[in-house]
Amino acid sequence: MDLQIALLLGQDGVTNGAIYALLALALVLVFAVTRVIFIPQGEFVAFGALTLASLQAGRLPGTVWLLLAMGTAIALIEGATAVRARRFRRLPLILLLNCGAPLLLAASLLAVSPAGLPLPVQVLLTLMLVVPLAPMLYRLAYQPIAEASVLALLIVSVAVHVTLTGLGLVFFGAEGSRTPAFTDASFALGDAVLQGQTVLVIVASILLIVALYFFFERTLYGKALRATAMNRTGARLMGISGDLAGLLSFTLAGAIGAFSGVLISPITTIYYDSGFLIGLKGFVGAIIGGLASYPLAAAGAVLVGFLEAYSSFWASAFKEVIVFTLIIPVLLWRSLKTRHVEEA
Amino acid sequence: MSAPLATEERSVVLEVRDLSVSYGKVEALHGLSLRVHRGEIVTVIGPNGAGKTTLLSALIGLLPLRGDLVYLGERQSAGRSVEQLVRQGMTLVPEKRELFAEMSVSDNLLLGAFDRYRAGHRDQLETIDHVFDIFPRLMERREQMAGTLSGGERQMLAMGRALMAKPRLLLLDEPSLGLAPLVIREIFRTIAHLRSIGVAMLLVEQNARAALQVADYAYVLETGNISLEGPSGSLASDPRVIESYLGLGGRH
Ligand SMILES: Nc1ncnc2c1ncn2[C@@H]1O[C@H](COP(=O)(O)OP(=O)(O)OP(=O)(O)O)[C@@H](O)[C@H]1O
Ligand SMILES: [Mg+2]
Repeated sequence: MDLQIALLLGQDGVTNGAIYALLALALVLVFAVTRVIFIPQGEFVAFGALTLASLQAGRLPGTVWLLLAMGTAIALIEGATAVRARRFRRLPLILLLNCGAPLLLAASLLAVSPAGLPLPVQVLLTLMLVVPLAPMLYRLAYQPIAEASVLALLIVSVAVHVTLTGLGLVFFGAEGSRTPAFTDASFALGDAVLQGQTVLVIVASILLIVALYFFFERTLYGKALRATAMNRTGARLMGISGDLAGLLSFTLAGAIGAFSGVLISPITTIYYDSGFLIGLKGFVGAIIGGLASYPLAAAGAVLVGFLEAYSSFWASAFKEVIVFTLIIPVLLWRSLKTRHVEEA
Repeated sequence: MSAPLATEERSVVLEVRDLSVSYGKVEALHGLSLRVHRGEIVTVIGPNGAGKTTLLSALIGLLPLRGDLVYLGERQSAGRSVEQLVRQGMTLVPEKRELFAEMSVSDNLLLGAFDRYRAGHRDQLETIDHVFDIFPRLMERREQMAGTLSGGERQMLAMGRALMAKPRLLLLDEPSLGLAPLVIREIFRTIAHLRSIGVAMLLVEQNARAALQVADYAYVLETGNISLEGPSGSLASDPRVIESYLGLGGRH
């Protein structure tokens, strides 16, 4: 391997690592706040990438139907609750939020042809279509059993993952998609060439991480999420309900997933089921951070990115094996280092 | 009903009738009734395991209860949640304090105002100054992690965090637990000050002497039943209370 190839692989490693880092952060966040191991995180990546590809191809992305269906289901549940509690004044807002907004989005997609829109608008539409699915999932699948054990929540996660993958096949078909590069720019770096796309992914990831840091350290809502992760009862006594914290953390995870999908869509061909492996690599990073430490999780995820890139050169057939084998020494080390704490 | 009764009704902040609480099949509180008026300190004293913490947890909605609960003139349904009660100005300083250990003192305090902030009251920075006036020690320690505070400082933080919510009814679970006499005096001075600004308080205490001194009305809770009640002055001179709760310590 000469220096040029090493640099090229390094670029791959950093780009993928940045995406895995984002996903790892989302996984840690969701687990810390809700104790849910969010396996469907990867589906949000795939849905983000494929929704953008559909829009660019001039098709109506199937995620619209999912949004409408889940919105209607939530409106029915919330509406029934409101009627039973005789709080009729809440009905219009419930309908507007869960049915009105998705309908409006669907109507505007049908009215204009999204293929002709500028890229930032397409990205925005993608996020509007995919991100709300995450809090809706929380409302429908997790909130009713929020107090259940980690194992029960994990089983629900597996079910949600399988369902979403199946829906992905229905919505987007078995063919993969790849969107055109966001930018053709490239920079000479000595002998090697630095792709504009790579720079874009890294810069966007760093910006997102900085934004998240700002959210958690500086805003009261961010602090409320950290507080819930630290002490659930204490947080409830401050009026921070588990439902609010769950919805908020799922929204963030959905946004991170969909945005990651948009970022990698020009780099990799994404299939309806590609999300799982991508999410799993973020998960390896999250495990390195013990599902608790954000910096360790991010560092672990970047390590996974590099490992993947270089092992694809040396032993491409074993690429995934090498990445996932990494988890074993890490788990061993962690289990020796940390005292086992009973689940409260 | 006659007019005087009506005015009295209006000033009742919390009225509990026939309240029972169970842990699984074991009943811990057996149909007790109590009342807290506006600007009044009501204390509940009793031995370990009597059910004092259970009472406060049930009132704030952490535990399911049976019986009638009327708060601020509104009957609370069985499905009431902690969050709803917090929104209506009920705040609990729990026995275990439940601080956010890996957050700074000032972040802990700010989170005390979370629900007010969410409801649109953005005055948390003024409120925090007010809390720092009451507990200057918290001001000195405001950047320190809550988990590294001393026991007494932790109590002050728990109390200060509750004050950030500007409560109308403050439920206090043993605020003097494990504190030095000087700090206890400070805590009770704060409690008296809060009454002077119209906060109603339900005070659970092991330190019966101090509690009866500061409170207006008192209940004695024993094994899930109220065995005695009355104005705290008369309870403090009741031989049964002196024997069980004030004891020889009275000769200090
Ligand atoms: N989670 C629980 N499950 C089962 N029993 C409980 C639980 N919490 C408390 N109890 C029991 O309920 C009874 C009342 O407990 P509680 O904590 O309310 O007492 P307390 O009056 O606050 O005592 P102390 O003065 O020691 O704080 C005790 O017998 C206790 O063992
Ligand atoms: Mg107690």
